[in-house]
Amino acid sequence: MRRAVGSGLLAVGLLAPLVPLLLWAVAGEFRYPALLPELSGRGVRLVLDPAVRDALLTSLGIASAVAALAVVLGATAGRALGLYTFRGKRLVQFLLLAPAIVPTLAVTLGIQIFFIRYGLADSVTGVVVVQLIPTVPYVSLVMAAAFAGLDVDAEDAARVLGAGPVRRLLLVTVPAVRPGLVVAALFAFLISWSEYILTLLIGGGTVRTLPLLLFAAIGSADLPAAAALSLVIALPPLVLVALTSRLLTGRTPAVVGFGRL
Amino acid sequence: MTERPCADNAVRTALSAHDPSWRGAARVPRGLRIALLLAPALTVVVVLFGGGLAQALAQSLGYQPFLPARPLGLDAYRALWADPAVRASVGLTLRIAVLATAAAAVLGVGAALLVRSLGRSRTAFAALLQVTLPLPHIVAALAMVLLLAQSGALSRVATAAGFVDAPAAFPALTQDGFGWGIIASYVWKEAPFVGVVVLAVLSSGVAELEDAARALGAGAWQRFRHVVAPVIAPAVGATSVLVFAFTVGSYEVPFLLGRPFPATLPVVAYQRFRDPDLAARAPAMAIAVVTAVLVGLCALAYLALADRLRGVRVGEVAR
Repeated sequence: MRRAVGSGLLAVGLLAPLVPLLLWAVAGEFRYPALLPELSGRGVRLVLDPAVRDALLTSLGIASAVAALAVVLGATAGRALGLYTFRGKRLVQFLLLAPAIVPTLAVTLGIQIFFIRYGLADSVTGVVVVQLIPTVPYVSLVMAAAFAGLDVDAEDAARVLGAGPVRRLLLVTVPAVRPGLVVAALFAFLISWSEYILTLLIGGGTVRTLPLLLFAAIGSADLPAAAALSLVIALPPLVLVALTSRLLTGRTPAVVGFGRL
Repeated sequence: MTERPCADNAVRTALSAHDPSWRGAARVPRGLRIALLLAPALTVVVVLFGGGLAQALAQSLGYQPFLPARPLGLDAYRALWADPAVRASVGLTLRIAVLATAAAAVLGVGAALLVRSLGRSRTAFAALLQVTLPLPHIVAALAMVLLLAQSGALSRVATAAGFVDAPAAFPALTQDGFGWGIIASYVWKEAPFVGVVVLAVLSSGVAELEDAARALGAGAWQRFRHVVAPVIAPAVGATSVLVFAFTVGSYEVPFLLGRPFPATLPVVAYQRFRDPDLAARAPAMAIAVVTAVLVGLCALAYLALADRLRGVRVGEVAR
């Protein structure tokens, strides 16, 4: 009985906050104190608006670029951390951990002026660069765990059998750490996808991603638009995480990413 | 975590005589190889993160890039110390972070224990626990606005039930001075986060230990205190540190759910930074530095706890 009450409360606590969001997304007239809105297709139509489509493409492009660059730049450090012990390893771990868990507004205020100076402000390139600050270290940490489980003997076996560096990388190393790579890329994508303040700070409002549109809609008190937009923003993370949930056990450092989405 | 011996040295020497790639691999000294592997990620961190931090510090002391030099000093920090708005902000930030972290930890552990105790519905609830995890914080914040605002869903339900008769009669839970809405938003996202990590730790063989304790006559509280708690403590600690660091440093949620005054530290830093008066730059940077130091300490604490999290294996606890 107590268990039933507890699980009921848990389900309500987890799901109830989503109900108003769903209602507002399909709402036309929804005045206080109505419990249910008059239905309207305005939210859906708004999502199909060219401005939203452009923002969707901008968001997708930036998040994909950030994920790809973060994996390329971050994965090798994961190998060093996962396979070797060396002097200063704790320091390296700290240096990589701090940007991965700290929302980066505090450090970005200081370098914004350099982005302006070097022509990176108000550009997609600048936004991609600034979003590497949290994502590259994050990839390194996830890959450190993946490489810690790598059997180096397999690489040596391939070498003995005559495989060159590229074939060893593609046929032995990458398949062995593939789950880690997938999760690292996924979270780098999601961190970029849900980022607002860094995009605003460096993109200056000219790089319009979906979160910027959402904030604009909230700012103008257009709640049906905001709710519809927020569903568009929420859907890809929900789908991607559901598809990869097999790889996401609570014990991998990857879940750190959930703490800061 | 130690380097595994790749192959017997004699084999390596014998092989290197025939295969050039062996010699190539052996010729890069170990230290250099590690440095090369670390270089790309560390470059990003040192240049962008370290550079950003150094610039924030320098600019908080009065340095202005690309402008004529000015005398440096601690004026901005003295001004912060004297500024009632900043004092209120520190209080608000810490209150929100402490309450949100504590609530997330308690509710997260509770949810994990509850889900573990379920029978057939266990898998479904474990999946349900993950629903809010991938939701961006900005979406969670909007959900809380629509739920908790004075004209929001809860207020409407309260009206329908006859508890209140106007929006103004419903307690202000968003844009409030205390920060209830901000705390609620964080807890909704972060309690399941703690729960998922704790549930994973709990499903790694703790049940057998509890059975053993039960067989030895331990009661429910004793089993929790001496078997379950030591196993989950590092996970709870590590996730709590992450939650705390995030709630101290995040901008979006307090911006959407809080007031312009008093606002949390990152919101105040950005407000001052946007001030057209350049004199507001130094205080903005000083607030940023204070925030960064706070969360940096959290990172140190997390490292210490994460080591213990990895170190604790259920078998070791049993011994």
